[in-house]
Amino acid sequence: MNLFRLMKAALVALMVIGSTLPALAVQPDEVLADPALEERARELSKGLRCLVCQNESIDESNAALARELRLVVRERLVEGDSDAEVIDFLVERYGEFVLLKPRTDGWNILLWATGPVLFLIALGVGAVYIRSRSNAAAPAEAGLSEAERARLKEILKQE
Amino acid sequence: MITELGHFALILAFLVAIVQTIVPLVGAHKRWPGWMAVAEPAASVQFLLTAFSFVALTYAFVVSDFSVRLVWLNSHSAKPMLYKISGVWGNHEGSMLLWVLILTLFGAMAAWFGNGLPPTLRARVLAVQSAIAVAFFAFILFTSNPFLRLAVPPFDGQDLNPLLQDPGLAFHPPFLYLGYVGLSICFSFAVAALIEGRVDAAWGRWVRPWTLAAWVFLTIGIALGSWWAYYELGWGGFWFWDPVENASFMPWLLAAALLHSAIVVEKREALKSWTMLLAILAFGFSLIGTFIVRSGLLTSVHAFANDPERGVFILAIMVVFTGGALTLYAARASAMEAKGVFGVVSRESALVANNVLLAVSCFVVFVGTLWPVVAEMFFDSKLSVGAPFFNMAFTPFMVVLGLLLPVGSMLSWKRAKLGRTLRQLTPAFILAVLLTGLFWTMQTGNSLLGPVGVFLGAWIVSGAAIDLLNRTGRDRDLSRLRRLPRADWGKAVAHTGLGITMVGIAGLMAWQEEDIRVAKVGEPFEVGAFELELTGVREVRGPNYFSTMGDVIVRKDAEQIAHLNPEKRNYPVAQMPTTEAAIDYRVLRDIYVVIGDEQENGGWVMRTYIKPLANWIWAGSILMALGGFLSLSDRRYRVAAGARKARAPRGVPAE
Repeated sequence: MNLFRLMKAALVALMVIGSTLPALAVQPDEVLADPALEERARELSKGLRCLVCQNESIDESNAALARELRLVVRERLVEGDSDAEVIDFLVERYGEFVLLKPRTDGWNILLWATGPVLFLIALGVGAVYIRSRSNAAAPAEAGLSEAERARLKEILKQE
Repeated sequence: MITELGHFALILAFLVAIVQTIVPLVGAHKRWPGWMAVAEPAASVQFLLTAFSFVALTYAFVVSDFSVRLVWLNSHSAKPMLYKISGVWGNHEGSMLLWVLILTLFGAMAAWFGNGLPPTLRARVLAVQSAIAVAFFAFILFTSNPFLRLAVPPFDGQDLNPLLQDPGLAFHPPFLYLGYVGLSICFSFAVAALIEGRVDAAWGRWVRPWTLAAWVFLTIGIALGSWWAYYELGWGGFWFWDPVENASFMPWLLAAALLHSAIVVEKREALKSWTMLLAILAFGFSLIGTFIVRSGLLTSVHAFANDPERGVFILAIMVVFTGGALTLYAARASAMEAKGVFGVVSRESALVANNVLLAVSCFVVFVGTLWPVVAEMFFDSKLSVGAPFFNMAFTPFMVVLGLLLPVGSMLSWKRAKLGRTLRQLTPAFILAVLLTGLFWTMQTGNSLLGPVGVFLGAWIVSGAAIDLLNRTGRDRDLSRLRRLPRADWGKAVAHTGLGITMVGIAGLMAWQEEDIRVAKVGEPFEVGAFELELTGVREVRGPNYFSTMGDVIVRKDAEQIAHLNPEKRNYPVAQMPTTEAAIDYRVLRDIYVVIGDEQENGGWVMRTYIKPLANWIWAGSILMALGGFLSLSDRRYRVAAGARKARAPRGVPAE
């Protein structure tokens, strides 16, 4: 509906953060009794996307689906899954979309390589530039062009 | 009637902008003084007409004229006055009008303060600036007219999104736009200089104040937005690496690079063509940001189709201006020969390193932000790129930047002695190591983030202090500090701010404590070193909302230190609930309390956070902005404005 779109545009227009719902996220009844497991669950949750939200992890989100996913994560942990197994399980069910940190395989290597590769290139270009500047001969200090000399004369006359 | 006049003024401004684009450009080319002189009054008229148009829209909001569609959609008669006004830019159409208002304001200011510029350059700068305005006027008039009327005026409005009814957010967009749009002047200067085919130290001096101003406003705007997110969204996050946030962060990074490289142009006549490129890219990224936000491209690829007309229009503006400028750059940049010669170890080289780090980190953010779209379009895979990626890919650059900063900022121009600077910085290094060791042993767990943040902060802040102290001469005559140029103070203050922000971010992320529980009235519980007690929950009525308000008492060592009122609000008109966290702000930590739902078997869900050093993030941002202002008020810019003739005979001013 048009109206909804406008509301959304208004929100987005203000450059606010994706979340629009007041978040209460993890509820007391979800917390696991074992603090070590709970800690792992929280860490995992921070890297998993709430699929129906804009760029929110399930740890932050208030959505029903996020709660469901949090419970799934905890369930798997209680059953003795390793962190990697929990993540594999979720990726199998929901696709890579669920990961807030993309994997490093396939084309994603491009994404991960951007920073280091660009940095090396920029460093190289910077180094070449600095070398060329340090080897360059200093320009003749009195290198005024004809026009500049004329202008200087004119200015000095005005004084 | 006033609304129609506002619309009419906007159309007139559009026409003036067209004239201002063409006439001075032709005049500058043919050297016709009369044609060039058109630019100046035109810029003023354009600004006044746009201002009138903006005031007309504001008036409609203030008097709650619901026959105007935009007012009906975004306002309500019971809304407090502040939010009636901020509602003007709390929506797409109105915020675009604010955008062009600021664009024309900067154009007018360039006309008013540009007396010292060579006439052809000035005419070209104003013409390019006006060309940008033409594009955005057309965008507003043809796709996003804020002045549309409704045939049957409704009785009352639909209210502004309650999340946006907040003082922090009321002023967030204007500052952000001042920053975004401020970069347009740098862009215009770059394009004008490319047309002119001439870039010298003076160009660097003219561009730098505009860059500084834009960067300062961006800093304030981003800090306000982040602070708002911290207290309003209910879990105290301050940065989410959301596409719309990145949209403002990328120009900020490039503006920071630009204001450093412009120093090299100004003082040493080197890095000229790179600085040009940065000036073009910085505004280019502002346009990309606008495109990302307005088109909804990144909310989801498919939301783009929601509003194809607007999205395509902005895409076209972006392609024409950035593409055009880059083409011009490719054709002309080689003609800009560098003059300054400097050694491998020198301030110039350090500033090159600064630019490498800032520019690369900006592109990392850029690629990360767009990657989901790229992956979906080309590799047919739907994936997300969120905070964990950015934290990992972006942070290393900032760490290196922080390590180099104190050294680089103290190296001398042309040829420096690294050993000497390092010796001077030894006390800073020792202090930073000691503090890091202290925090390393004090912290529970062995996160690296906290101590690294402490090290960088201490290193940068004490480095800035040593830099200032060095300026007092051998006899350490502190009265010299007062006579230092403002720019030197600006540099020290801004760098200190960066250090403090780094400490704040690292401390908050590393050492936050959290407690989630069902709190029963009258039953105290402990979080960290504090004891909290929910003493009651009441229903309260606000001007346009209902609130469920908890009373929480915070004690330390059995002594009450704070009384907090976390709220859950419901805005009936917008039909939206919000959470209002209650925060006890202190220098070293915040106590952050949120109240949730009532439980069936009694008690309320409560989340409590101890957030160490949270305020340091924004205190540091304020210092950065203050440093920018100090630099901006430096004598050489005040003298430079309108004093070209006076300066020429005196030769190069002494540094």
